[in-house]
Amino acid sequence: MKKVIMGNHALSYGAMLSRAQVISAYPITPQTQVVELLSEMCADGSLAAEFIKVESEHSAMASCIGASVAGARAFTATSSQGLALMHEMLHWAAGGRHPIVMGNVNRSMAPGWSIWADQNDSLSQRDTGWMQFYCASNQEVVDTVIQAFKVSERLMIPAMVILDAFALSHTYEVVDVPDQALVDKFLPPFKPAIKLTPADPRAFGGLTGSEHYMELRYKLQKDMEKAPALIEETGREYEKLFGRRLELVDAYLCDDAEFLFVTSGTAGYTARVAVDELRKSGVKAGNLRIKVFRPFPFAEIRGILKKVKKAAVVDRNCSYGAGGIFYQEVKSGLYGIAGMPPVLGYIAGLGGRDITVDSFKEVAAHAMARDHADEEIVWIGVKK
Amino acid sequence: MSQEVKKKKKMTLTLPTDELMACGHLACQGCGATLAMRFFMKGLGQKTALCIPACCWAVIDGSYPYSSMDVPVYHCAFETAASTATGVKAGLEATGDTETTVVAWGGDGGTFDIGIQALSGAAERNNDIIYVCYDNEAYMNTGIQRSSATPYGAWTTTTPVKHFKNRPKKDIDAIMAAHRIPYQATASIAYPEDLLKKVKKAKDIKGLRFFHIYAPCPTGWKSRPEDTVKLARMAVQSGLFPLYEVENGEKYTQTIKVKERKPIDEYIKRQGRFRHLKPEQIATIQADIDREWEILLKKFGA
Repeated sequence: MKKVIMGNHALSYGAMLSRAQVISAYPITPQTQVVELLSEMCADGSLAAEFIKVESEHSAMASCIGASVAGARAFTATSSQGLALMHEMLHWAAGGRHPIVMGNVNRSMAPGWSIWADQNDSLSQRDTGWMQFYCASNQEVVDTVIQAFKVSERLMIPAMVILDAFALSHTYEVVDVPDQALVDKFLPPFKPAIKLTPADPRAFGGLTGSEHYMELRYKLQKDMEKAPALIEETGREYEKLFGRRLELVDAYLCDDAEFLFVTSGTAGYTARVAVDELRKSGVKAGNLRIKVFRPFPFAEIRGILKKVKKAAVVDRNCSYGAGGIFYQEVKSGLYGIAGMPPVLGYIAGLGGRDITVDSFKEVAAHAMARDHADEEIVWIGVKK
Repeated sequence: MSQEVKKKKKMTLTLPTDELMACGHLACQGCGATLAMRFFMKGLGQKTALCIPACCWAVIDGSYPYSSMDVPVYHCAFETAASTATGVKAGLEATGDTETTVVAWGGDGGTFDIGIQALSGAAERNNDIIYVCYDNEAYMNTGIQRSSATPYGAWTTTTPVKHFKNRPKKDIDAIMAAHRIPYQATASIAYPEDLLKKVKKAKDIKGLRFFHIYAPCPTGWKSRPEDTVKLARMAVQSGLFPLYEVENGEKYTQTIKVKERKPIDEYIKRQGRFRHLKPEQIATIQADIDREWEILLKKFGA
């Protein structure tokens, strides 16, 4: 059924349709509508879930972990400072192999206090062992939550579904809300092989010596390596039922492109408009929007980048002392491989500053005037 | 003690003989926390799930792939005993298990200090779990550092003799009572019958139930391992650690009556952590006990 809903409510619908059994969350701007709608769904019975209204995000993730190990499908949502407060528990969820799905609304980290979009909150959680899916439309948000649960539960690895503050969280779009019966067909109930139950007493996560610990982490990495193929396979399965699918990257006019933007999140849709306009002026441009950041889609990125003459990575984030985070990752994936194009890195839109079509045109003009990157970061729209 | 022996009373074993805790665990000799768990589980039975944060018991249970418990154990993060247990309970209920009792089992550091936010949250929400704090009055697992449960006068590695702890122990029982939870109790390893009676009572109550169990630690208290039970008994007999229960934060009931409180001196003398104390400092401790005792008696309605 088609509905006009905000991005935050797309997360709520995703959790509802996935039949989340335990929700534990704490409010933070700009995530609040996610939990408000879920509270209503739980109260009016349209979602048969226990909603734990915790006193902090740290407790939200801790209780999701508890629910997950007891065999329940658990969901939460947060943003920025809340995600940072959860940091310890993000390691716990992934290390303990608890397939929780969490919505994160990308919001800048304080200080100064900012409630507006950038990606430093979620990208700071890069090494926690969570899968990260970056969305660019409300439709993608609802679809991704449902598919993330499936991938997550197959691999026993938690997943973060990420959307930009306001640009998506508070923006209303037409969303084809999937039919519950079809979602049930796609996503079976969560039945973990091992769970916390007195019928089968086991200890989880106890003291682990150096003779065992490394193997646990090796297995996490090996399972993460299975994720790209599984994400694609799950996407194809979903597509058969719903006509849309989860994929690692969204390649827009990349086949014959000579110049490529590499983007993520809503900026990836703005980039499409810039690509269209550049093409009108004779530049064979394309846009490669990275939808999955962990696992990083190295193979797909290499496959597309090797065909172009130049690529410009536009980051809405910064790893201080290194540069744009997607830029660093993309470059690491190309290192030592012959035939790869020069890649330049741009930072734009921190703290919710708009990334406009003109921003992309500025990037394109800068990149096309050079045959290599002569600095690590090119700042777009900054007052120096 | 000699009087008790002289009477030659015939003792009957009133505790269940079932054991849900195996030998071979990793506790120190004379560990009070171990006795606390053993007795507690006798009261709860096998349909129990434990959430254990960082504390001595995170080690005592055994290292992977072993566990000394015959019930499932989730080893959780330090400050999350209450929130993880709340999640486990919700998860079990959501998947059709409404019978299992979920217990958060933390030390004093995990309860009085780092975990108090999550505990307070769970208590305010009245989540259906039992929270147990076994109190050995310092961060013993990390090597005897002061916590807010460390009593006035005690030496720890972070309150050296020259700067021994000069603040009173945090009154966690009053804090919990202020949450108006349905049931809370103090308990002692020296009074297992009393402890078990309370556990059985708590098991049938819905909502957040809180236990504060006094658990001497020979390693951290610099006491003799064979004195553990004796010290726990002295704490009760002196009025330092009174045994009682509170219902709904207001109905206080003393469960072990102490007709004539014994002076604290003997208790102090048996512990190396108090060795440096001067008589006037011991007198301060005694005065604090006397004052708190009077406050508590009023709550008992005596």
